[in-house]
Amino acid sequence: MTSPDPMAEIRASFFVECDELLEALQDGLTQIDSGDTDAETVNVCFRAVHSIKGGAGAFGLEDLVKFAHRYETVLDEVRGGRIAPEHDAILLFMRAADILQDIVRNSRDDVQSDPATVEPTLKELEALTGPLEEEEIDAADFQPMALAFDLDFDATSEGAVDGLPTFEIEFRPVRELFQSGNEPLHLIRALTALGTATIDCDVSAVPPLEDLDPEDACLGWTVRLETDRPENDIEETFDFVEGLCALTISNISDADVLLPTLPMLPPLPDPEDAIDETTNPEFPLPDLMPSRLTLVASETAEPTTASNSDSASDIPVSTAEAPLPPAAIRPTPPATPAAKPVAANATVRVDLERVERLVNLVGELVINQAMLSQSVTESGIPTNSPVAQGLEDFMQLTRDIQDSVMMIRAQPVKSLFQRMARIVRESSASLDKSVRLVTVGETTEVDKTVIERLADPLTHMIRNAVDHGLENADDRIAAGKPKDGCITLLAAHRSGRVIIEVSDDGPGIDRARVREIAETKELISPNQTLSDAEIDALLFLPGFSTAKQVSNLSGRGVGMDVVRNAIQDLGGRVAISSTPGTGTTFTISLPLTLAVLDGMVVGAADETLVVPLGAIVETLMLRKEDMRTLGPETQVLRIRDDFVPLLDLGAELGYREPLSDYNGSVVLLITTDDGVRAAMIVDTIHEQRQVVIKGLQDSYGHVPGIAAATILGDGRIALILDPVDLMTTAKGRTRIPHTCLDLAG
Amino acid sequence: MTLSILAVDDSRTIRDMLRLALTQAGFCPSLAEDGVHGLEVLSDLEPDAIITDINMPRLDGFGFIEAVRDQERHRATPILVLTTESAPELKARARAAGATGWIVKPFDPDKLVRALHMVAGPGATT
Repeated sequence: MTSPDPMAEIRASFFVECDELLEALQDGLTQIDSGDTDAETVNVCFRAVHSIKGGAGAFGLEDLVKFAHRYETVLDEVRGGRIAPEHDAILLFMRAADILQDIVRNSRDDVQSDPATVEPTLKELEALTGPLEEEEIDAADFQPMALAFDLDFDATSEGAVDGLPTFEIEFRPVRELFQSGNEPLHLIRALTALGTATIDCDVSAVPPLEDLDPEDACLGWTVRLETDRPENDIEETFDFVEGLCALTISNISDADVLLPTLPMLPPLPDPEDAIDETTNPEFPLPDLMPSRLTLVASETAEPTTASNSDSASDIPVSTAEAPLPPAAIRPTPPATPAAKPVAANATVRVDLERVERLVNLVGELVINQAMLSQSVTESGIPTNSPVAQGLEDFMQLTRDIQDSVMMIRAQPVKSLFQRMARIVRESSASLDKSVRLVTVGETTEVDKTVIERLADPLTHMIRNAVDHGLENADDRIAAGKPKDGCITLLAAHRSGRVIIEVSDDGPGIDRARVREIAETKELISPNQTLSDAEIDALLFLPGFSTAKQVSNLSGRGVGMDVVRNAIQDLGGRVAISSTPGTGTTFTISLPLTLAVLDGMVVGAADETLVVPLGAIVETLMLRKEDMRTLGPETQVLRIRDDFVPLLDLGAELGYREPLSDYNGSVVLLITTDDGVRAAMIVDTIHEQRQVVIKGLQDSYGHVPGIAAATILGDGRIALILDPVDLMTTAKGRTRIPHTCLDLAG
Repeated sequence: MTLSILAVDDSRTIRDMLRLALTQAGFCPSLAEDGVHGLEVLSDLEPDAIITDINMPRLDGFGFIEAVRDQERHRATPILVLTTESAPELKARARAAGATGWIVKPFDPDKLVRALHMVAGPGATT
């Protein structure tokens, strides 16, 4: 119908719309399930499925149409109050919504949906309504196509003198036709588009002007149409006015030959009745239905060759100048000025790449502004000068722009949470556990990239919670808990970071068992003393699994270590807290964005480096008496009765050899999420500021201890440290080995 | 003179397709998202014809048609109903509400254009 581009675009936008509709559907179902039902909620669900079906039909997505149709029919029953939205029905609807989502995805990717997953639910839906008449979902309903009807036309067209069948159409509107907004003029004009037409207008029923009701129908027309189009097309023209007019369509091609000139008989119905007829709108339809279908030449037929009727009561009217019937009440539409644009949608879809580019540009702007500030300061311009003050405003604006741009990428976590709702449903069903998911703070906004990359680790955590976190129903009842397990998914903004929590109300971590497993797997030595937090942290060790039997859910060879790595890749941390008997909570803490970082700018051996602020617990001054020698090259630092490995940043990165005396040096106490700490010696602390992250991976690959780089206000490049990586690869050299000292004498 | 058409549908996809089909036919489409929005748009518009969906939030197609017909200047403006079902009772209900005709969704652009010409005249494109 069109060049592929606009349609492809509409198709793409259809699938975006589907996602929105599915979200609305999920919300609606959740709301109904919570008992907070009103008619509109059901309506919203119905419309969501209905719209998906409508769009799917337009793109010929048969699987989708079929499923959506069945689903919609059931929802319509709920809407009509014929099916009660019981809990079980809602669960089925939720499953159906999941499958609908699958089919949408598959349709988008041009993948055939697996009937094995679709059919059972389809059957269950069907069971609620009883089988649908196949006709209702007949493809013809969705793929309008012109059908050529040959039927009896072969004979008639052979018989026709000029080779084209001729139809005589008698058309007499009733008053209601005008009230419905139809217009005989347009209908007749549409008819003439089908072939060559001769039109006669019957004005015999028009009363004298003084008696004329301007809204009444007083005219009738006889149209002789010579056309190669099937009779169906003619009938279709009058589709909208069926029942609003007296109509006969007859094929008079044969009559041409058989019946020569015959005078025109008064058009049907009898003019006497024509006026009564307007008060009796039911009259025309039953009478005319059979006659419309007869193809037998009517006696009233007149040769098609005659262009004018010799009947006195008929006035020949040429198509082009057919007058507006007196009864027409529709004023000629005035020339409308170009339709004003309809209020644009509240949302704009933008290619993520463009946003990325904007984010990068703003990053450059921030850097540029910082450089400008620095050179203004260096040039000795007083701070109260207009330049400096203007620069102050500029800084403020830059920060605002930066925040706004970051907001573009921010998305509510709702879509992510809905995906998790599905994971809960599926995994609880396969384990035969009854689990409720409670979501809190789904409007919390997080960078889109973060949301996307969070889906996998979160899925795994949810599966774990259902599988290992929650006990089965019997154990729950024995423990005096409600039969249904509960998993809470929470999102919130806390002190400039995003917090996502997955909690269950299960028995909590069985620490004795965790310890036992860790010992069996030789992850820890048997007599190692471990705090509760340290035992919990064992769950994150590679290859750890507490399930006595590996279930088909979580035991997929993916451990919590993978989860932790994924989250660390996002610049996040994950922590566990567990209370025996009441449950376990996993807390993920993430930076708001992946593009900007709060960092502490430090100096080490004349190099400037940035330490992510999130990793720094505290800063302190090193005192010689707190240092303890541990190995030939390593030392530890005592911080409030705890010994922490000491490392020298300058030495770790190979900028210089360890110093002989660290007394009075600045120490940053850094920590990883599992509580492993280290004391890092730096030479100076410059400032604390936001830095724009510039990836290094593309150019240099992974550099140990380094996460990325940034450009500072003076235009110099500074490396951003990866404290976790640094700590794991650290050599801890803070002493010149004894041998050296010996040599030195 | 080209036909000016107001199309009301809550599905963005269908609106996009209507806009495309109508623009390609040389018509001048205005779009609205539901019945209430449709009435708002209609208040500063004198369309040659109106196309409306039935299932819509806030104000459905039937309500919209009735509200349009209640306005003196639109009592005979052609209104086509977009429906996924071609069930006779749906047509009857649409007509009872004051619709001029109907188009079965998904619509064929040519048929849509023909139907519009059938109710609103030729415009400039025939």
